[in-house]
Order: sequence, then structure tokens, then C-alpha cells
Amino acid sequence: MTPAYEPNMVLSTKTYDVVGTRPIRHDGADKVTGQARYGADVYPSGLLYGKILRSPHAHARIRSVDTSKAEANPDVRAVMTGQDLPETIDVPGADRRVTLGELSTDLKYLREGILARDKVVFKGQPIAAVAALSPHAAEEAARMIEVDYEVLPPVTDVREAMKEDAPILHDDLKTEEFGEKTGKVSNVASHFQHRLGDLEKGFAEADVIIEREFNTATVHQGYIEPHTCTVNWNKDGRVHVWNSCQGPFNIRDATAEVLDLPLTQVRLTPMEIGGGFGGKFEPYGEPVAAVLSKKTGHPVKIVMTRSEEFESTGPTPGSYIKVKMGATKSGKFVAGEAYLAYEAGGFPGSPVSAAAECVFAPYDIPNMLVDGFDVLVNKPKTAAYRAPGATNAEFASETVVDELAEKLGIDPLELRLMNAAKEGTRKSDGTRYRLIGCAEVIEAMKDHPHYTAPLEGPNRGRGVAVGFWMNAGLQSAVNLALNTDGTVALTEGSPDIGGTRTSIAMQAAEVLGIPAEDIRPSVVDTDSIGYTFGTGGSRTTFATGYAAYEAAQDVKQQMIERAALIWDVDKDSLDMDGGVVQSKSDPELKMTFKALAAEMNDTGGPIMGRGAVDPKGVGVAFAGLILDVEADPETGKVEILRATAVQDAGKAIHPSYVEGQMQGGTVQGIGWGLNEEYFMEPDGRMANSTFLDYRMPIALDLPMIDTVIVEVPNPGHPFGVRGVGEVSIVAPPAALANALYQALGVRMDKLPMNPGAVMEAVWSRNK
Amino acid sequence: MPTKTHVQTRLNGEDIEFLCEPRQSLLECLRDILQLTGSKEGCNDGNCGACTVNLDGRIVDSCLVLAVEVQGKEITTIEGVATPEGLHPIQQAFLENAALQCGICTPGFIVASKALLEAEPNPSEARIRLWLAGNLCRCTGYDKIVRAVMDAAGRMESAK
Repeated sequence: MTPAYEPNMVLSTKTYDVVGTRPIRHDGADKVTGQARYGADVYPSGLLYGKILRSPHAHARIRSVDTSKAEANPDVRAVMTGQDLPETIDVPGADRRVTLGELSTDLKYLREGILARDKVVFKGQPIAAVAALSPHAAEEAARMIEVDYEVLPPVTDVREAMKEDAPILHDDLKTEEFGEKTGKVSNVASHFQHRLGDLEKGFAEADVIIEREFNTATVHQGYIEPHTCTVNWNKDGRVHVWNSCQGPFNIRDATAEVLDLPLTQVRLTPMEIGGGFGGKFEPYGEPVAAVLSKKTGHPVKIVMTRSEEFESTGPTPGSYIKVKMGATKSGKFVAGEAYLAYEAGGFPGSPVSAAAECVFAPYDIPNMLVDGFDVLVNKPKTAAYRAPGATNAEFASETVVDELAEKLGIDPLELRLMNAAKEGTRKSDGTRYRLIGCAEVIEAMKDHPHYTAPLEGPNRGRGVAVGFWMNAGLQSAVNLALNTDGTVALTEGSPDIGGTRTSIAMQAAEVLGIPAEDIRPSVVDTDSIGYTFGTGGSRTTFATGYAAYEAAQDVKQQMIERAALIWDVDKDSLDMDGGVVQSKSDPELKMTFKALAAEMNDTGGPIMGRGAVDPKGVGVAFAGLILDVEADPETGKVEILRATAVQDAGKAIHPSYVEGQMQGGTVQGIGWGLNEEYFMEPDGRMANSTFLDYRMPIALDLPMIDTVIVEVPNPGHPFGVRGVGEVSIVAPPAALANALYQALGVRMDKLPMNPGAVMEAVWSRNK
Repeated sequence: MPTKTHVQTRLNGEDIEFLCEPRQSLLECLRDILQLTGSKEGCNDGNCGACTVNLDGRIVDSCLVLAVEVQGKEITTIEGVATPEGLHPIQQAFLENAALQCGICTPGFIVASKALLEAEPNPSEARIRLWLAGNLCRCTGYDKIVRAVMDAAGRMESAK
């Protein structure tokens, strides 16, 4: 049945007292008044300002670095180069990999990316740094450092980089083939394969086969707050880092590794974070500011400019992709083949393995072959970006699915539903799904009034697409401390990028039977909470929320024990529900949470709850988008007329912030689909490294983004939570391409689909 | 020879004075000298709007204004929007509509929205989207921000 239209719908299967409501976020007043302190808002006594000198060349050998003029500047307090970081000695067999959020890297490459020693592999790679009395003085002094380069030819295109005669980025990097090191030096850092069933047999059964090639441009996460850090190397040898990051423990660990320090010597205080989207998991300035602080004896702050952000951090890879899919006349998918070549940037580590897992993930396809290539190019080393790897890959497969639907004469959502993955379906990597909401998402799209609403007028089209992302579990810790007025202090280690203080507190409140407002959540430093993996992988409300649930269960048990003490009864005869402790047999024995909290200090002292988890029951996520566009066949400009995003949240703890993730991801996906791109000059420079020229979506570009939250509870979480942060970015580029086909009759095979790309497609259609 | 210039201005309803270098932007002085860190630096070239302040009744990117230019003028930053009695209706509407995620762009959006609603008490959705085109938000997709401004317009109207 088609439900009545509302802009934001929640299709709940289970309701709770606190979970599923929409309280005001705990950090709200701070953030609307300017009181919240972000990464750059740190001003310790005696602060100096650091500035990094970066390579103007995309590929060059460093012959020499002369810092003498900068050192002679009276405002300068210290100068450093890559020689001031510990050298990375290769120990055969030793694993020197460093985890960076959803990705990981080799320690040697991590150090070279922080400050180069002998060679630079992208424009903007750091070479040296200064600390001075003011930001202006530091900038001037950095320019006085003289570097002698031997400029080498760059390669910035993924397919060019794979050629035999391409310029080689790293002479010591040998291609890894199916998990084994080969002796071959090339820009292909690794090649792997997923195989399922019998591909040839599958294609032989197909009545319709579609094979297409795709190219997607490099794009940036585009968070509004640049990377920033302030570091004090204290006189006792302890290093204190204040920064804005997604993973305080990840960056503490990586910073300690880079500096060759024991973990306990580094303390990281996460300030409020102004967006990350995967791009704030890596140390950039932290080890540099640390060494400058050690040299000067003062705290040192480094704030990146926007151009430094584009040229030296992020981005997410450009890619070359081939997808071939086969279906029977009746619409059953029988075979899928994908070739995924992803840019790693200057150092290995693109998200191509995640892409391989995602490319056909929404569907039950018995025969699959996926080849993945991690390819070095002279661009900044890629970082995670919201469902890293998935958007490129599913742009390709979801446009091929649309073309299959057209050839088969089957409604595109109906075709997706016929082939939708479900519990037990095997993915290309061989694993089987647990309970998932893929079909439920597609059904909700079909049922939405938008899908059947009339769309009249020339050059208008409606497109749909579905996206998959795997989500993450990993480690989280939460402490709860009861106050005698019945409020509870909650400490956690997950930076709050989009309202997670509240979605975590709500889960503790639900267990304790108290209002969300009675929990006071704080994100604390790495000395003050157990190890917590960073805010990424859509994991925070799932895993840190799980830890809060466990901590609240711990408090609940202690409350029951205190009541048993007061009443002199066996604790097993008591129960706590809805914020009241009561006897299972004697209705007279009853005490509210608040009344019991008031007795805390007379019944044994502090009550503290502990939650420490590494939950394995990760709930994967599916999301779909219905998109109406109008395209101008004279100029190629595309206008978004209407958008409806549908997503399985498992359980939406705070529906407003789930909607926010869906809307934000959708709009990032629209920006990626229509506009965003690194324009690379032949010499490897980025030509558009400002917000003006990179041109992310603005309010004027968009309509309202309607949402439907589907709830297929994840059995691996007490309230059924799946992660919601990432998957919404996956479908938009394919939905746009499919809508453009309806509008103009052209199949788009590249991102972005900017006016130039649309006009090229129109002209080749008209030929 | 002194290298700094003396500036007198009215900031969030108070007459103040400070010393700055002629090359320093208003944003730098607000943050580094006056310790008003509510105005944020997102790009330092006038393209993100995170540093939006009200200068003599007009919204400006404070990163594009030299501090020496504010001599004798009147500035309102995000720190001057709430009153001792409580939040401004726009601030309240942002909270109730969940119109912020990371919050780094929020001060700029609130200062810009306040200028709009003071000039045009009942703007259309299209007008709000045009007015806020100079403020980038990467988290929300703008939906809840636009709804919050429409909600705030209603609150300010009924409070009259």
C-alpha cells in the first residue's frame, strides 16, 4: 500500500521510551552560540605557529634543502626537515603497518608523506617546516627555505600509471599479486581477485549482456574545518596533542609510531571536529608540530589552508572501471564481472578492496569475478571518504543494471527487487549475509508516492539506484558515573561529528529508564577512557552505543544491589524497569532511580558502569535514491527537481540525525555526480584547489531531500542499530546518470557529469 | 617604529579597542587577539562563509575584511546573538530542527540568517536558499537548515 506522503517518514517496527525520540543534542547550545571549541580554538601559553613548506612539483627528487635563510629570520624559533623524523629501517618480516581508520599504510610511507626525505610523489607533499612567532612570520619564513629538485615526469591517470613505460613512483615497491609479493617493480601496488561460481557458465546462460567502461574523477571530502593541530612536547617528555580528528586513539598511535615513542608518552585531546567524512583519520601536522615543539620548548599550532587541504590531504580516488553483467529473459542476474583500477595517490592504500566487496553487493548473482588494482599516481595519498570505494564501483554497476532493465523491458526497481540480496545470499568475497534490509529498501522506494508521481515536461527524467556499504564494528569504551541527583555522567572516546553524544546517551538512558537529558555525555582525551576506534565506518552509534548499553546494564545491576541492601532482600528478587527498582513479589518494595541515586553514598559509595566492547554483529547497510532532474540540452546544466532517499537504519536511535546523514550523504553524492573534480594540469598540479573553483553544492543548487527510514533490526545490536553514516552517498551518482538517460536519452559513463560531459554525450548521441 | 595600528570599534554592543598589524584580517583579530573563536576559518578566501559576521548591518566574510577597516564601525559576531535571557529564536530553531551536524558552519549560518530575517521577516524557501548561497555546509545537505530558518521566521513573527 502506498503510504500518505510526508517529507520525512520512519517505518518503525518497534518503539521504545527514549530510543526513537528526538531530544535536543547535548552539545547543541555550545554549537549555536560559538562556545564549542574546535581544533583551531586552542591557545596554550607561549604558543608558536608552524608552517609547512610543500613541494611545487608532482614528482621530483630532492637534491638538497637549505634552511639557513629561514633560520636567520628573527621571528623564527625552529626549522625542521624530514631528517628530523626517525628514519624507517626495514626489518625483514616485521610488520610496520599503521592503521588509519578504514585504511592502513606502511610506516615508511606514512613518514615520507608527513615529511619527505629524498623524493616527492605529489604536488603539496611536505618537505620542511618552521615555527615562528606569528602565522604570517611562519608563512614568510617557510618560503625562504631553498630546495633543489630534480624534476621527474609525473603520471596522474590511473590507466597511464599501469602501463609498462610509465614513470615509476617508488623504485622499491614490488607489485603484490593475489597476496604474494612479486619481484616486479611497477605502479600497481597490488592486484587481487574475488571469484564466485563459474563466470563463463553464467554468461552462457544470459540472454542479455551489458558491458560498459567508466571513468571517475578524484574528489575531496570537503569538510569545512581544515586539519589543525596544536602540540606541546612537555619538559617531562610527554607529548600533548590537541586536534580535530575522527580517531583520537588512531592518531595517537600513528603519531607515537612516527615519532618512535611509547604510546603512553602521547596524549591526544580531541577538540570538536568540523567534519571529517573519513578524511580526518591520518596524522599530517601532528608529528611535525611535535618536533617543532621539542626544538623550541613551546607549544606549536599548525592550521592548514584550504589549498593545502585539497593538494595534500584526502582525496578519494579517481578510477577506471569495467562492469559486465548478464541476465536471463525473465530478469534473473546470472553473471557479473568487474575490473576496478583505483588511484592510491602517491603511496599505496586505495579503498579498492572495499569497492570489490561492494560492486555487486545489492544482488544475488551466482557467478562473479572481480579484479581490483591499487595503483600509484602522482596525486595526494588517498584517504577514506564516506563508504570509501563504494560510490565509484556502484555508479558503474547501478547504471549497467538500469540498462539491463531497459533491455529486458522490466521496471528498474522491480528488476532490482527480483534479484535483491537477502539473508544467506553469498557476496563476491564468499561471505554470506545475515539479516539485511535490501529488499525492504527497494520495496519502500516502489511504494513511495514520488516513484509514481507524474513527471511532465521535456528534458526531464527520473532515475533510481541502490547502494550498499558494509559498515564497521571495532572497539569502543564507555564509562558511566552516577550522581546523587540521579543524573549520570557519560564519558566516551568517539568524536561527535553529527550528534552521536546524544545517540549514545539515549541508549544508556533507555536501559536506565531515565530521560536522555539526565545523561551528560563528554568526549574525553586518550588518557581518560579505554581504547576507542575512531568515528568512521558508520560505527559510532552502533559500537560506542553498544558500549553505553553495556555500561548502563552494569549501573543497573549495581542499583539493584543497593536496593537489595536497603531492603535487606536477595538481589535476585528485584528487577529494574522504566527507571524503577522493585521487588518481583512484594509490591511495597519500590524505589525510583532518582530516590535510589540519593542513597548512593550511604550504601557503599560511587556507582560506576563500564562498557568495553568489540561487537562482531555488524549490520550492513542498504540505501536507495529516487531522483528527478531537468537537463538543458543546450548547455548541459542539470537541475535537481526532487529527491527521495530511502535507507535501512536497523533502528534509528535519533531519527532527525539519521535523516541528516541521509540528506548530507545524498547531497555529497550529487556534488560528486554533477560537479566535483580535481582538474589536473599536465605537470601534475591541481588547477582548482579552492572552494570557489572546486564548487561543492550550495543551498541554491538543491531542493529539500525527502527521507524514508526503513527499520530491519540488526540482530547484532541490542536495539537493532546498523550504521547510518556512509551508505547514503553511494546511490546518487548512478541515480543521476539513470535520470539523465530518461531526460536526454544519453548513457553517462563518467564522473562528474558536468555540463561539458553532458554536452559531449548529447553531441555523440546526435552523430 | 611601532608596527601595530590602534583600532576602536563597537563589538557585540561593547566599545572596544585593540592593536593589530595592518595585514591582519578581522577574522584573525577576532580569534587570535580578542579570543572570540566562534567565527570559524574554513577557507580564508571568502568562499565558505564560516567566518560570517555582521558589519554595520551587512553580512561579510570577516576573513576578507582587514581589521584596520573596522575603525568606528559596529560588528556583531555569533557571540553577540544570544541574550542573557536565552538563545535567539534562530538558535533555538536550529537546535529543534537538528539543523547542525558537525557545527563548524553553524555560527556563519546563524549570523547570515539573522540578517535575512531582520530585513525580510517572511522569506520564501527560494529566497532563503539564495541568501544562504554564500555559506557552505558539507554535512546537512541544507534541508534542515532551510527548515530551521523558516521555523525561526514563524517564531520571530509570533513573538512580535
